[in-house]
Amino acid sequence: MARLSYREALNQAMSEEMALDPTIFLMGEEVGHYQGAYKVSQGMLEKFGEDRVIDTPIAECGFAGVGIGAAMTGLRPIVEFMTWNFSLVAIDQIINNAAKLRLMSGGQFNVPIVFRGPGGAAGQLGAQHSQCLEYMYANCPGLKVVMPATPADAKGLLKAAIRDNDPVVFIEGEKLYSLQDEVPDGEHLVPLGQGDIKRAGTDCTIVAWGAMVRLALEAAVTLEAEGISVEVVDPRTIRPLDEELIFASVRKTHRALVLEEGHGISAFGAEVVARIQRACFDDLDAPVERVHRMDVPMPYAPNLETHISPDAPRVVDAVKRTLYRS
Amino acid sequence: MDTKTTTAASMPQRNGAQASAESSAETAKLLTDLYRQMLVIRRVEEACAKAYAQGKIGGFLHLGIGQEAVCTGAISTLKPTDYIVCTYRSHGHYLAKGGTAKQVMAELYGRQTGASKGFGGSMHLFSEKLRMLGGHGIVGGHVPLAAGVAFGSKYKKTDEVTLCFFGDGSVPQGAFHEGISLAGLWKLPIVFICENNQYSMGTPLYRTLAVADVTERASGYGIARQRFEGHDVLTVREGIAEAVARARKDRQPTLVEVMTYRFRGHSMSDPGNYRTKDEVEEWKKRDPLVVARDRLTRELAVAEDKLSTLEASVRAEVQEAVRFADESPPPSVEEMWKYVYSDPSTNPEKM
Repeated sequence: MARLSYREALNQAMSEEMALDPTIFLMGEEVGHYQGAYKVSQGMLEKFGEDRVIDTPIAECGFAGVGIGAAMTGLRPIVEFMTWNFSLVAIDQIINNAAKLRLMSGGQFNVPIVFRGPGGAAGQLGAQHSQCLEYMYANCPGLKVVMPATPADAKGLLKAAIRDNDPVVFIEGEKLYSLQDEVPDGEHLVPLGQGDIKRAGTDCTIVAWGAMVRLALEAAVTLEAEGISVEVVDPRTIRPLDEELIFASVRKTHRALVLEEGHGISAFGAEVVARIQRACFDDLDAPVERVHRMDVPMPYAPNLETHISPDAPRVVDAVKRTLYRS
Repeated sequence: MDTKTTTAASMPQRNGAQASAESSAETAKLLTDLYRQMLVIRRVEEACAKAYAQGKIGGFLHLGIGQEAVCTGAISTLKPTDYIVCTYRSHGHYLAKGGTAKQVMAELYGRQTGASKGFGGSMHLFSEKLRMLGGHGIVGGHVPLAAGVAFGSKYKKTDEVTLCFFGDGSVPQGAFHEGISLAGLWKLPIVFICENNQYSMGTPLYRTLAVADVTERASGYGIARQRFEGHDVLTVREGIAEAVARARKDRQPTLVEVMTYRFRGHSMSDPGNYRTKDEVEEWKKRDPLVVARDRLTRELAVAEDKLSTLEASVRAEVQEAVRFADESPPPSVEEMWKYVYSDPSTNPEKM
């Protein structure tokens, strides 16, 4: 067990897997000579050479498609998007090709590829660089969507994603890269589709993923001081979703809040709420609450960014509403 | 299970220089085989149109009738280990790569004996065994994917070549530019083949491209270019052989434009009102099947009765394929769930 940053944990996952399997390569903008736009791939070019750590031009649709073609014919690419915002110009490749090739071909072709990079807001990046796009990919059968919240999960989930035989959308928290924590050495795998209780509690369940897990934990500390015990459930992958873990928690606490960083309409949080009410209708003592970004493109001014984004006070208030204590 | 057919993919390879030195007997043999291949494609597509009219098949149906010489001539230059990546108009390509009439018809009928087991349809024919990587429905979206297949060959240090087919309608797409641009940058073993049939759906070239010569774009990608007529299957074969050799030996991509024409509408719902009857008739004089047949009988002294026998056998093969498709069972629901994810522990029904 070593203390690593989230960024180092991701690097370790890729480096360990690449050392094991020569069919794995990393491709993306600035991943090689520049050492990674967010330094996630730092040192990997020196370790694996230019054939396996491949700098690309700024052409997301092009290199995402190249990864898919390579994956169809026996390779296991890791394609880095400098941020998931840029995946929007490659979304045809991900949704029309990667997600559908297995079914369209009657099971003849698999696409073992990982698309990875940071998502979410990270401080005054403005409307085009602060998006949370997991809702879009989570809607597509054929894809898996992973959102690690801690360094240990980042490593274990990325190793599992690289070994998975299907396309994985791996969304890292841009604000989490410097987060430090204990990370198991070597063979540490977190199966895709297995959630985790990040904090045990009895009064209300908060379901949160990615960067929002930290916010949920922060709110839980505040609420504890007021005598409210919160359980934080981190599904870790939102497709497939460990719904049984969520349901079991809600059946215990009888109250739930679904917290997500992005906008609320047609969001993945709405799906979680729908599933909770269907499976746990008789267990609920209050309507399921939601906290998410307000319905406006991200403004630049810091006061407005703070205003529209989920924060601990809003989470605290929402939990209290489930307890009729607001 | 399938009728024995000589496919374009199984034909001997010759480069341009050797081709010109072939004896006329060899040319006659080669052209007869290519003619048969084109005829299978034509008859299969005619059967598709008929089945569509009868309501036996659904969805979209894009026929390549009139364009058969392009896929047949091009794919005849390949080894079985080479790859092809195609558009939604690719029944001919699938057949030329070694697929059977039965597999095409059964796929269009939505049956489990089809090329993609009834999961793809007309636009998504696939074969892992034949290295036919689709059948893609988004115009231009398969161009980067094809570059990726060639990237894989380079990464694995094999001598495989990829042929990527697309129409002139793909050229204004961003994906076309990005895919070819990367192939040029990384010197990938691929041949990009623009089947220029003069119309992107119903819009003529002069209204879609500022520079009508598609291959002029090659200079911007730093790759070789070739441009030739597509009604003579041997001309296509010779031209593509040159590009394939460049990919296989020199590991250099080529952008090829082949001038061709589809005799039918873009899809079955298209009456083709954007072009005149005279224009279509003019192109039909260069019907690749008529051109090949004329050459066989007039220049290469192939007996009429030999061709009649061949034509009858093709007709029978396609009739048998239609019967086979009609009698084949549909895919099962259980099978469907298996094809969403490859990991059997991932249960898509629970997603």
